[in-house]
Order: sequence, then C-alpha cells, then structure tokens
Amino acid sequence: MPLLDIENITIKFGGLTAVSDFSISMEENDLFGLIGPNGAGKTTVFNMLTGVYAPTSGKIVFNGESIQGIQPHQITKKKISRTFQNIRLMKNLSVMDNIKVSYAYQAHYSLVSSIFRLPSYFRQEEEIEKKSLDLLKIFGLLELKNEKACNLPYGQQRRLEIARALATQPKLLLLDEPAAGMNPQETQNLMDLIQWIRREFKIAILLIEHDMKLVMGVCENIVVLDYGKIIAQGPPDEIKTNKKVIEAYLGEEAADA
Amino acid sequence: MKSYIKRGVIFLAASLVVFCVLFVLIQTDVINAYYSQILMVICINIILALSTNLIINYTGQLTLGHSAFMAIGAYASAFIQMNTGLPFFLSLLCGSVVAAVFGFLIGLPTLRLKGDYLAITTLGFCQIVVVAIQNIDALGGAQGLAGIPPKTTFAWVFFSMIATIAILYNIVHANQGRAMISVREDEIAAEAMGIDTTRYKIMSFTTGAFFAGYAGGLYAFLMMFIDPNSFNFLKSIDFVIYVVLGGTGGFVGCIASTSILTLLPEVLRFLGDLRMVIYPLLLIVIMILRVKNIRVTSFLRRKSGAAKPKERGEDHAAA
Repeated sequence: MPLLDIENITIKFGGLTAVSDFSISMEENDLFGLIGPNGAGKTTVFNMLTGVYAPTSGKIVFNGESIQGIQPHQITKKKISRTFQNIRLMKNLSVMDNIKVSYAYQAHYSLVSSIFRLPSYFRQEEEIEKKSLDLLKIFGLLELKNEKACNLPYGQQRRLEIARALATQPKLLLLDEPAAGMNPQETQNLMDLIQWIRREFKIAILLIEHDMKLVMGVCENIVVLDYGKIIAQGPPDEIKTNKKVIEAYLGEEAADA
Repeated sequence: MKSYIKRGVIFLAASLVVFCVLFVLIQTDVINAYYSQILMVICINIILALSTNLIINYTGQLTLGHSAFMAIGAYASAFIQMNTGLPFFLSLLCGSVVAAVFGFLIGLPTLRLKGDYLAITTLGFCQIVVVAIQNIDALGGAQGLAGIPPKTTFAWVFFSMIATIAILYNIVHANQGRAMISVREDEIAAEAMGIDTTRYKIMSFTTGAFFAGYAGGLYAFLMMFIDPNSFNFLKSIDFVIYVVLGGTGGFVGCIASTSILTLLPEVLRFLGDLRMVIYPLLLIVIMILRVKNIRVTSFLRRKSGAAKPKERGEDHAAA
C-alpha cells in the first residue's frame, strides 16, 4: 500500500477549476518534485494536502487513512508537515522556541500541571528541551539558539523552517519552493540537505520548485502541472525531453524546433 | 527544575518583604486610609491588566470587553455572598468561575474573528452585559448593588495579586503559553505545526475571564457598592492602555505601567480642574517616549538585572 495516494482530486473556486483530476501515489522514502509554470496550481495541491482547502471531489489517502477535508493541525498529527513559500517563522521568538513550538502538540501535560508545575511538566519539558537541542545540533543551528528568528540570514531561516517541520516528526515532508531567493551556493547546500534528510529521517519528500537544477538533481520522479492538470510524470531525463513540458514552459514553436 | 525553584523562592521572599513593609506602613498610618485604598485598587488593576495581557500580548487577540468579565465576577460573587452567606474566598471563586464560563461561551463563536472584528464584537458583548445588568432588578438594576460587606483587606488583595502573577507566569512559560504565543506570531504556521489555534485562543480567553472575574469580586467587596456603568467599555480601554504601555509581553512592564497609571490621576489631584488636561497630556508623552524605545520595562531591567525573577528570556533555557 502506498504511503500517499491521491485520487482524482479536483478543486473549484467558484467557476474556476484550479486543479482537476490530480492523482499521484508516493511510497515511503520517495522524493517527488512538483513543477509547472506560475499559477499552475502547485501550491493549491499543497494546500489541499495540508487541509487549508478541502478538495471539491476526489480522495486523499495517507498512511491508510482518508484525510481530505480535515483541519490543518489534525493533518500535522497524521504526520504530514510542510514549509511555506514565503518563510513563516515565528519571527520574534528565539530559534530554540521556534523548534519547541513544533513539539507543543506532542506534549501531553495539562494546564493544571503547568500552573502547579507538577512532575509531568518538568519531565516533558526536559524531553522537549533535549529533543530540540539535538535537532538544532544536527542542523548546525546550535550556536544560534538564542537568536531571534528574524535576525538569521535567509538561508539559515530556510534551514530553521525545515528543521521546525521535521520536529513534528512527519512521514511526508512538503517543501514549497525551498530554494526561492537562494544563490547557487545556497541551492547546492540545500540539495545536499534534502538528500541527507531523506536518508537520515527516512521520510518521503514532495517539493515544489522552480530551480530546475535542484529539481532535476534530487528528485527521482517529477510531476508537471499546467493549468491545474498533470501533463507529464516521470523521471528527470524523461521530463527534460518531454514535448508537452517544453511547450508549457517555452511555447509551441520552441517545442517544435 | 532547580533554577525554577530558586527563582520561585526568591520571588516569594521578595513579595513577602514587600508585603510586610507595606503592611507595617499601613498599620502605623504612614500610608493613610486614602492611599491604602489606592494601593488596593492598584493590586486589583494589576490582576486585571495581567489577565488582559495574556489575551492581547501573548495570544495576540485584541479584546475590548474585558471589563464585562470583571462586572460578571463582581456581581456574581457579591450576589452569591449576600444571598447564601458563603465564605468570602468561595464566593470570589464562584464569581470567577461564572466569568470564566461566560468567557468560554463568548470565546467560542467570536474567536474565529480576527483583529478589529474581534475588538468590535467584544465591545458589543461588554455593552450587552452592562445593559443586561441595568435591567435585572435582583442585581439592583441601574441604581447599582449596595450593601456588600467590606471583606476585601490589603492582605487578600496583595496575595491574590501574587498568586495571579505566579499562575499566569507558569502558564506563559509552559507548553500552553508557547502555543498561545505561536498563535500571536503566525496563526497559519502554528496550525501547520499541529497547534489547535482555536483551542488555545479559547483557553487564553477563558483564563483571562477567570482572573478578571476574580478581580471584579475583590473590587466589589472593597467598594461595597457596584453599579453597571462603572464597568462599561471605557474601563476595558483602561486595561488596554496599561497593556500597551507595558510593552510586548513582559510581566514587569505591565505591572509597572498599571501602578503608574493608576496612581497618576490621584497624584495629580492637586491640579484641580486641570487634572484631566494634564493626565492625558502625560499619557501622550509617555506613549511617545515608549515608542522611542525608552520603555518602562527596559528601564527596569537595566536597573535591576538579577533581582527580577519574573522576566522572559533566560527562563526557557533553565526550566
């Protein structure tokens, strides 16, 4: 049984069909790329996967459970986590607290034990503290742990956002344009990071990206969207030469030439 | 854990010392009856300001109806005490629970709204509560409820304030507080990190209402007379001013600003008719200075670094 099975999801906003008949299927530890021209509906697919929008029709099955139409915070509990196209860190919180927020839903002590500082509070807080430090350490952010998130350089903010998403312990990680605004060196580092995360955490990754070097470099399977429809799907080499894809990106004549 | 206990002990010891000093001063009439009354009002206002602070600064929800919960607490505890003869503390608790229940019920539908929309609905709620009380004869109607026994003493008010500080501090520096702060910072990101934002907004609102109700009870038993108009939305605006002046989040700032702004109109009494001209002017000056980063909080922090156990920052790492 696949980890994620999307069957013919369609979403309409009034008269506009943003995404139609979108179907993909991912196994555990797969690394898929989702590409397409601007406005093709890539982020809309992410938003349906993470519960921001409910699809008008179709089915999303994750880990054997149907998940379409449930709340975003419940999706996270089902082990899907995401980053955002425009970085959404808790800007005024420290790096450490940003990570700790992700552990919040995994802590199970009550308001009463917070107020009276019962042993369960100290036990779980210690655990969260330790886990957060470990995560920051492997992401190389340990020295910055008391820094405000908004003071980090751009590349580090992206890194922190990915670390934060991983702290929710997902089985599927959705990355929405992780390389946006990065220089070639930072993009190269990001490629290494993505591959390393996949190996180390043994999770499936689905990423949206415009940087073709990154997509072709790390993804083993690429899905191409245009006007809300899948126009091609396959390994990078196939996609590179696919006539429909070139047409979508460069126009008809270029594809003929 | 150790450092938490250490900070807790320092905080308790410091507050005991402050209490003893003030208590002796009141007993020996150095602080006369008039000023001791103001002192008690300051303590009550601090409870109210801190509970507003939890909602506005920590959870990022602008409420303009906090005085409604104060009114509910005041009327409920006074009414219960006068009719059943329940012990003072129990009737205070009853009043706060009633306020918290109202807070929960109001929060459920309204907290789906954001920013100014929430502000307007809470404002409306406040007005409804005032008008409702005016029309309930059992509560004295528009004439107010008189004959409440004077049970609030300085010790009650002071230690209630200390307990409020401790409880709210513990909430803010725990998982629940982190979730509330994340709602303030970025609701969408908080949702994506698995935080049920509605739940934490309601939790914050209900907790705020509970303490506002408690403070309302203390106020009723202090003043011995309450009337609905003293709880209208202008009173809520007072709390918002305390919180805004206190700066983002800090407990110390909030306490300092509340004390200063409660005391200031009394100190200015010698100005006679000019008082209500000078007070707003001072308020404007203070706000301008605050914007220029000469905040009350940072001022206090610079002066006494280690002596303030109630500060944000280092505590997360230590707890």
